[in-house]
Amino acid sequence: MEKVLMKGNEAIAEAALRAGATNYFCYPITPQTEVAEYLARRMPEVGGVFLQGESEVAVGNMLFGAAATGKRVFSSSSSPGVSLMQEAVSYMAGAQLPVVLVNIMRGGPGLGGILPAQSDYFQATKGGGHGDYKVLVLAPATIQEAVDLTMLAFHLADKYRNPVMVIGDGMIGQMMEPVEFPEKYIEPPLPPKTWAATGAKGRKPLILKSLFLDPIALEKNNIEIFKKYAKMEADEVRFELYKTSAKNRILLVSYGTMARICQTAIDELESQGISVGLFRPISLYPYPFNELRAEASRSHIETVLTIEMSMGQMLEDVQRVVGERKPVKFFGRTGGIVPSPEEVIEQIKQLLGKGK
Amino acid sequence: MSLDAMKATFTRPESLTDAVTHYCPGCTHGVIHRLVAESLDELGLRERTVGVAPVGCSVLAYNYFNCDFLESPHGRAPALATGFKRLRPDMIVFTYQGDGDLASIGMAEIVHAANRGEKFTTIFVNNAIYGMTGGQMAPTTLPGQVTTTSPRGRNVKEVGMPIRMVELLATLATPAYLERVSVHSPQQIIRAKAAIKRAFAYQEAGRCFSLIEVLSTCPTNWGKTPTEATQWLNENIIPYYPMRVFKTPPEAGNE
Repeated sequence: MEKVLMKGNEAIAEAALRAGATNYFCYPITPQTEVAEYLARRMPEVGGVFLQGESEVAVGNMLFGAAATGKRVFSSSSSPGVSLMQEAVSYMAGAQLPVVLVNIMRGGPGLGGILPAQSDYFQATKGGGHGDYKVLVLAPATIQEAVDLTMLAFHLADKYRNPVMVIGDGMIGQMMEPVEFPEKYIEPPLPPKTWAATGAKGRKPLILKSLFLDPIALEKNNIEIFKKYAKMEADEVRFELYKTSAKNRILLVSYGTMARICQTAIDELESQGISVGLFRPISLYPYPFNELRAEASRSHIETVLTIEMSMGQMLEDVQRVVGERKPVKFFGRTGGIVPSPEEVIEQIKQLLGKGK
Repeated sequence: MSLDAMKATFTRPESLTDAVTHYCPGCTHGVIHRLVAESLDELGLRERTVGVAPVGCSVLAYNYFNCDFLESPHGRAPALATGFKRLRPDMIVFTYQGDGDLASIGMAEIVHAANRGEKFTTIFVNNAIYGMTGGQMAPTTLPGQVTTTSPRGRNVKEVGMPIRMVELLATLATPAYLERVSVHSPQQIIRAKAAIKRAFAYQEAGRCFSLIEVLSTCPTNWGKTPTEATQWLNENIIPYYPMRVFKTPPEAGNE
């Protein structure tokens, strides 16, 4: 298929459709509302379900009910709305139901602002709701990657019977870029969904729940869930290296739109004869701990510089990985301010003792 | 008469399991479960039914119903039912919810599901108190009624009057079947059964949203014997919560 110019939110919506998710529940919130508007038009064309709920609380729980049918379902929202969905996400993780959530992040806390931010790293990667659980988190840096990762998200949700979240900042949702969609989403075979509620015909009734009043049973369920997380950590780590070489003294760590800005800064510095590399996590959970540790441990790396559109959230994971091996520095802008490549370059030059 | 000549005249409905009940002595949840199960049996719906259990005393409803079940967060059963039924309109979906679950924390979900005309059935069990957590005030608690969080009786000047859910839902313009019944006497149980069965029949025909409010007792948290509780329901609850049909869908063909 040839490339088409599309807005991120609309591309994500189309990608979900093509991954077989013809069921979408939503509540309007900036800066992701175009996903809903696009699907309000598109869903009837493919015979799918489009429903605007009364709140994100209800939408999250509509997803729970819909996912119980075994069909692919998803929703999209932005930071405050995703907070409201956390109730259902926790229940779905407990009941082991596959669902895909897209969070086009804006500035917080509270109502915050509507401009791009990476303010929900903690919420996305550390559980988000109550209880012992994790959500698989994918962070695209381009619209094409948003398309590819959204499709992958549905496969991974089914594979692990667990919620999967695609997080992009407002820039990913609002920016237009050329994208290419596969005619048909090709994915490895998945086991049959014998867990879906299809009616107790010729079999025993099936219960989808997260309630286990017997502590032994609850612990057993949690251990079972965490076996899946161990498998995710072994098999689903995704990351990208950009211009890493033995000439680098600084290793940047950044994801999403911010990583892309770092790439522009790296290219500019290269033209000035300064070599810097970037480690870009694509899966934020499971986080590429071992891979980042290996890169940061290289003898030529003197400093690890984490750059985020937040006050420093992924920073805590980078610190955890790098530990005492190398100094970990941080640069971030927050509140919806997107740092320019020049600001990144200045940070790097200061670290190299070449600052203004 | 020989044993062979004896005929079973009363059996457990196929839609109920033989699990031992966890409900308190004198609680009417068991009766209401049976009425739902009999309705599913008589309409032949069990094998394509999915129930949604609430949070509250009937949180374990899935142990007693012999059909597929989802266990919902508190108050969100109508949202789960919406998501499920929208994707599987060929299946029968019901929520089973108490008054704290439906009229307090789940108020938004039930009102909007009813207003969208979601084609599922809600069995709303109103015993005017939070049972599972040990007898706290509910939105349906009567004026002056003593609970653990209204130890001097419900003060309507501070917390308002009890909410009449069926009346509230009946103000919505969207077609629905809404009826309030009770299970405090054999006669009322028969009427309640007819209402519940009618609700499932409407759903099977894809007609409308249906909600049956069933007035129920809570001897344990009301601090009464089962007999006293039944009498108290008759004398106090029913005068405030009248039993009647509040809304029916338009006749088929006139919708």
